[in-house]
Amino acid sequence: MTGGAALRLRAVRIALAERELIVGLDASIAPGECLTVMGPSGCGKSTLLAYLAGTLDPVFTASGSVCVGDTELTALAPEQRGAGILFQDDLLFPHLSVGGNLAFALAASVRPRAEREAQIASALAEAGLPGLAQRDPATLSGGQRARVALMRTLLARPRVLLLDEPFNKLDTRLRNDFRAFVFEHARERALPVLLVTHDEADARAAGGPVIRLEDA
Amino acid sequence: MAAPHQPVTGRGPGLLRYAPALTVSAFALPIVAGLLGTVLPAFGVMPAIGATAWGLQAWRMLFDSPGFATSLKLTLFTGLASTVLSVLLAIGLAAFVQHRAWARRLGAFIAPVLATPHSALAIGFAFVIAPSGWLVRLVSPGLSGWSVPPDVSTVGHTSGLAIVACMLLKEVPYLMLMTLGALNQVAAPAQLAAARALGYGPVQAWLKIVLPQVYPQIRLPIYAVLAFSLSVVDVAMILGPGNPPTLAVMAVRWFSAPDVRLYTPAAAAALLLLALVGAAIVAWHLLDRVLARAGRRWIERGRRAGVANAAAAVSAGASFALFATTLVVMLALLLWSFARQWRYPDALPAVWTLANWQRQIESAAQPALNTLLVGAVATGIALLLTIACLENEVTRPGGSAPQRRPLGQGSLWLLYMPLLVPQVAFLFGAQVLLIHASLDATLFAVVWTHLIFVLPYLFLSLAEPWRAFDSRFARSATSLGASRWRVFWRIKLPILLKPTLIACAVAFAVSVGQYLPTLFAGSGRVATLTTEAVTLASGEDRRVIAVWALLQAAFPFLVYALAAFLPRLVFAGRRGLT
Repeated sequence: MTGGAALRLRAVRIALAERELIVGLDASIAPGECLTVMGPSGCGKSTLLAYLAGTLDPVFTASGSVCVGDTELTALAPEQRGAGILFQDDLLFPHLSVGGNLAFALAASVRPRAEREAQIASALAEAGLPGLAQRDPATLSGGQRARVALMRTLLARPRVLLLDEPFNKLDTRLRNDFRAFVFEHARERALPVLLVTHDEADARAAGGPVIRLEDA
Repeated sequence: MAAPHQPVTGRGPGLLRYAPALTVSAFALPIVAGLLGTVLPAFGVMPAIGATAWGLQAWRMLFDSPGFATSLKLTLFTGLASTVLSVLLAIGLAAFVQHRAWARRLGAFIAPVLATPHSALAIGFAFVIAPSGWLVRLVSPGLSGWSVPPDVSTVGHTSGLAIVACMLLKEVPYLMLMTLGALNQVAAPAQLAAARALGYGPVQAWLKIVLPQVYPQIRLPIYAVLAFSLSVVDVAMILGPGNPPTLAVMAVRWFSAPDVRLYTPAAAAALLLLALVGAAIVAWHLLDRVLARAGRRWIERGRRAGVANAAAAVSAGASFALFATTLVVMLALLLWSFARQWRYPDALPAVWTLANWQRQIESAAQPALNTLLVGAVATGIALLLTIACLENEVTRPGGSAPQRRPLGQGSLWLLYMPLLVPQVAFLFGAQVLLIHASLDATLFAVVWTHLIFVLPYLFLSLAEPWRAFDSRFARSATSLGASRWRVFWRIKLPILLKPTLIACAVAFAVSVGQYLPTLFAGSGRVATLTTEAVTLASGEDRRVIAVWALLQAAFPFLVYALAAFLPRLVFAGRRGLT
């Protein structure tokens, strides 16, 4: 499971009771490309990501098709979709070390232990944090934590990358760096990316097509 | 956009759907069945002893019994005085400490008091206040001139004041912790700051702005204290007058009498107690509304100065005196347990020894094992049911915003049912049913009756932290390919380990403290540390009694310490886990 295939949304419709949040959304995102969905709070853009990830609250009704290559994601359990997601908060698991967080993401089929440790070490090096596997995530800076969160998502070898305003809470300088870091890695791994945000600068940095959702 | 909260999957495993019904049945069925089993005999029907004719004979026997009116008055006085004083002191204390930095640490300090069984405290309290007790010894004969113990009654005084004082030792900390806990649910700091900017002092601001918002959330705990104080058995047996005793003790005495003709008036007394509790709750509720109206006028008058500061300081002082008393009580138990010779009026034992402990260890082994077993199994079952219920909530539609959707009033009342119905009102009926099913005097029966009380406490203690769990952790883990099961075991449970263990410790302490449920379900044949300690309490040898009371108090205390310590050991150095 990894990048290289396009993400296609067909006739995606999400409603909350009588309220239509998303009506007949069609989109195609090529590997390495980023589609930005923009809109004000409450317009349903995070709901769209939850639908893709398979974690939509049952109060919503949704229909449509979401394919990566030939695989229909909506038919799969959430954990089998390979829909890597980054939130506004890094959500590093507080009870695990930095390395433990990364190991949790790594498939069990990656063996033996030396190989697992090697992959974790190289992911940390890639994030500019070599040798920090034993550290408590709470002792890292905001920027460091954000990079670990991305590496954690990538180590699970996702098919697509979903970004739920992950740049929002970082200060301006860090935000630029982290944006570049995320998009560079997504391109490198040929991952289709779906970004939801209300920040125009995010959309510009993503460089791909933009869809604007109206306030429903 | 605000952080979204989504469930792990759209649909949870089917079995979870049955968790709420199963949980409610686990405690509600025995209560309802037990109540029926008390109502029927109270009106003359008890086939087991050959009574089949409906009638009011049982009630006539109850009302005509010697000392009935005195017993009724004693019950009402001890129940109401304990509750009113507990509420006033707890609120005054909360108002006094809430803006101080050490308020949180105070919570950690008084939590062990909550873990101490009522009966252990009552036993130690008797040692302190008895005419030959530690207090008199400390001032005798030097200050008091009493070379022999004064001929007055303190323990067992007909007024029931000793019962009230001992109830305060436990209920003030309980209500105080409930109040501090409820503060998390209202935007207290911001509103306090706003009120203080308007010129109100911290105590005034808290009483006028925060308390009215917090009160609805401590209403049910107050009713639980009211019900418990009116119907408490072990404390009233140890510290109350013997003839006539409180209604609850009277009912228990008749239920345990060899003369089966006393069963029906016992059932009537138990039912009368249930009616008293119901009436007291209704009366409290009505009084609430009157006071709320008066309170609003008080708030809107706009006065900045007032007696509130002084009143809060006084109740805080009284509360601290209670905490100090609790320490003295535990110390008195310790001294007695290591005393070989402690003659009146020596202030301290003259000869020390370990023999008291050594001699009791052997006979304590089996009751200790029972205590541990029953507590552990009841806690384990309650934990399973509680987690199943809470996980079921997450998968329900709308489970996406759990912390904004607290438990409904109906479900809360249901959860509090075991704490609002007097134990004696349904335990006898339940025992009759258990005998029918040949299950009485089994560990199974004892575990189940403990579960009735363990479940609500565990649920109430775990629900809030469980619902506050940021479900995006779970969504993150899921998106990394972890199954629902793996997310639960590897992410959610470890992050919630501390509140889970604390909830278990609370539940275990509740189980250890149960006297009446153990007595009835065990038909007096399943001995725990608590049943043995209460039985011994009427004896003469304080050294033996002290050992048992301390053993009884040590179990919940150690489990509590373990629960507080274990997460620190497992997650050493993880600062993100607070």
